[in-house]
Amino acid sequence: MPYYRTHVLVCIDPECLEKGALAFIDALQDELVAQGLIDEVQVLETSRIGACANGPEMMIYPDGVHYAGMTLDDIPTLVTEHFLKGKIIEEFTRPVRSFVDEELGPPKKKEVRVVLRNCGVIDPENIEDYIAEDGYLALAKVIEEMTPEEVIEEIKASGLRGRGGAGFSAGLKWQFARQATGEPKYLICNADEGDPGAFMNRRVLEGDPHSVLEGMIIAAYAIGASRGFVYCRAEYPKAVKTFNIAIQQARELGLLGENILNSGFNFDLEVRIGAGAFVCGEETALIASIEGRRGEPRTRPPFPASKGLWGKPTNNNNVETYANVPQIILKGAEWFSSMGTEKSKGTKTFAIAGDVKNTGLIEVPLGITLREVIYDVGGGIKDDKGFKAAQIGGPMGGCLPEKYLDRQIDYESLVEVGAIMGSGGLVIMDEETCMVDIARYFMDFTQDESCGKCVPCRIGTRRLLEILERICDGQGRDGDIELLENLCRQIQTASLCGLGQGAPNPVVSTLEQFRDEYEAHIYEKRCPAKVCRSLISFNILEGVCNGCTVCARNCPVDAISGERRQVHHIDQETCIRCGICAQVCNFHAIEVVS
Amino acid sequence: MTIETKEIEITTVVQTAIEEHGASREGLIPILSEINRAFGHIPAEALQEVNRQMNLPENQIYVSEGQLFSIASFYHMFSTQPLGKHVVRFCESAPCHVVGGRQLLQAVMDHLQIDPNETTLDKEWSLVTTSCLGICGVGPVLLVDEDVYGNVTPDQVPEILARYN
Repeated sequence: MPYYRTHVLVCIDPECLEKGALAFIDALQDELVAQGLIDEVQVLETSRIGACANGPEMMIYPDGVHYAGMTLDDIPTLVTEHFLKGKIIEEFTRPVRSFVDEELGPPKKKEVRVVLRNCGVIDPENIEDYIAEDGYLALAKVIEEMTPEEVIEEIKASGLRGRGGAGFSAGLKWQFARQATGEPKYLICNADEGDPGAFMNRRVLEGDPHSVLEGMIIAAYAIGASRGFVYCRAEYPKAVKTFNIAIQQARELGLLGENILNSGFNFDLEVRIGAGAFVCGEETALIASIEGRRGEPRTRPPFPASKGLWGKPTNNNNVETYANVPQIILKGAEWFSSMGTEKSKGTKTFAIAGDVKNTGLIEVPLGITLREVIYDVGGGIKDDKGFKAAQIGGPMGGCLPEKYLDRQIDYESLVEVGAIMGSGGLVIMDEETCMVDIARYFMDFTQDESCGKCVPCRIGTRRLLEILERICDGQGRDGDIELLENLCRQIQTASLCGLGQGAPNPVVSTLEQFRDEYEAHIYEKRCPAKVCRSLISFNILEGVCNGCTVCARNCPVDAISGERRQVHHIDQETCIRCGICAQVCNFHAIEVVS
Repeated sequence: MTIETKEIEITTVVQTAIEEHGASREGLIPILSEINRAFGHIPAEALQEVNRQMNLPENQIYVSEGQLFSIASFYHMFSTQPLGKHVVRFCESAPCHVVGGRQLLQAVMDHLQIDPNETTLDKEWSLVTTSCLGICGVGPVLLVDEDVYGNVTPDQVPEILARYN
């Protein structure tokens, strides 16, 4: 491969094309030949460098210089001055557009990137970029050197567990599907990422689709599947598009389809788009949805490994699980199991949201403590407020208070304290969050998403929500806490699928960790975090208010009265407690009391 | 559009969708997606049409209208009721909720004078709440038709919605 000291990236977006980008590239090539630099300077096409207003736009690396507004006549000068003498031609320079990825920054201290290693680094729509990062090497190794049984043994030895939430051993799952009788066998990738706040699977599908695809092909080889599906939610149109491009490119190179890498092994797959149902993330509901039915779960056993899609043996893993596979095959089970705790190996991606300084995606080795995640990786609580709780595991997860900050994050230790690993949603809440309101919020979500098939979930979550709503509304009664606890137990025991069984978790864990808040709501009609509208009121502080009238002008119900430069007053009867006055007041003269 | 042209259109849309995705049960959800995209919702007539075109002897499948409706009404992305000309989808998930989502929803409701899952009287706007759109890094998030707006504050609402008049 020739080595170039300088790369020129010329923008070929429609606007730049109109301004003659292609002619510019040709003329630049000719000039480089003429000046004898064609073996040192490479001209490449790219897109979106700047505004394209003064096209053709170009970037020069490694110098990091952005030029725009040159005409064909300027090319000899460009080559002589910049490429030969190394001088920057100031009159054509433009500011370098800085791009901040709000979802996925550069790795922070304590992060280890395995699944996210290529995201934002390679061009996801170009299979060659992936191949340059050792892509499809694992597939070649598997097909050339390993039997399906050896692949399963390697995955088992690595300790890889399902990253979709339940954490079942991936290798064992593959083994069950391999041993099951019935043909054909199917392979499913669950990309129906529905947990609020979790978007790691979307980023992997959009940023490194081939790692998932390669993992799936290896899994198909291991279990003997011939047809596969990626079930992706409809809310992710870009992920669907990127993955379809990846499938197409892999087919063209003979990495997917018939006779993969001339081995005689056949496997092909397609993307199926969901239609917006959270419950379809449950594997039996997902299977029903692919078959074209209402996405309702069924009882297990039989597990999909023996009776799945159309009653045939089916293996189902999540996006992140598959994305780990090629790395495990390449670097070995020992490398993978060197990270993590005794029972939870490898890394896990989390989407941190809420009241933390650095929100976005992270990937950390399992066994890291919650404190390290929040303070070292997440940068601490926003506005230096106090930490109150971390909601981990999504709508079926739990809220962990400060006393658990030093607990290691792994599958078992989270379950012990009433949370779950889940798919990796992590919402950090500061001291101004009301835990009863949070429980109410999650119950609102699950009762909305309950598919309605089984009674405990359909009616039980509704009743839980009603009780929580009345507590937040100041109508809580003596005995409500016990009623909640009893109802939670029944729903957990009697529901059909994981959604129903896990639905009460946010209530159970907040009741256990923040019982005093529930009691304050019910018995003292007080919201300690000052969030629940029916239990708070707004007051104007006499010594602070200078009568600027901003609050009165912004009040939507005209509940605030007062002359200019006089202390204002809120009429509590009219006030709807929207809090706009407190937001607009520049002098912090409005206090919330409960 | 007159009633007749609408009928013709439904027939064509259903026919094209069945041809593309196959007259099979596993093609049903993609077929309903196509119909929903074409009309903004799934009209009852379209379900009748799917039932008519699909249940032919050579297809070896029978799907009743009731079964079709039960599928169409199950998934949130499908609407069995007509929606407004423009649809505002508001993400009501926790990460958006804790960064000012509640105030934003209130601002949209105040501006359009409707509650979630309602359509304005002039049929211009529908307000729909949606589950997590997975763009939590820039919450709170609004989706107007196909356009995503992140980091939206309540005072930006009138200006954003005015772009669609």
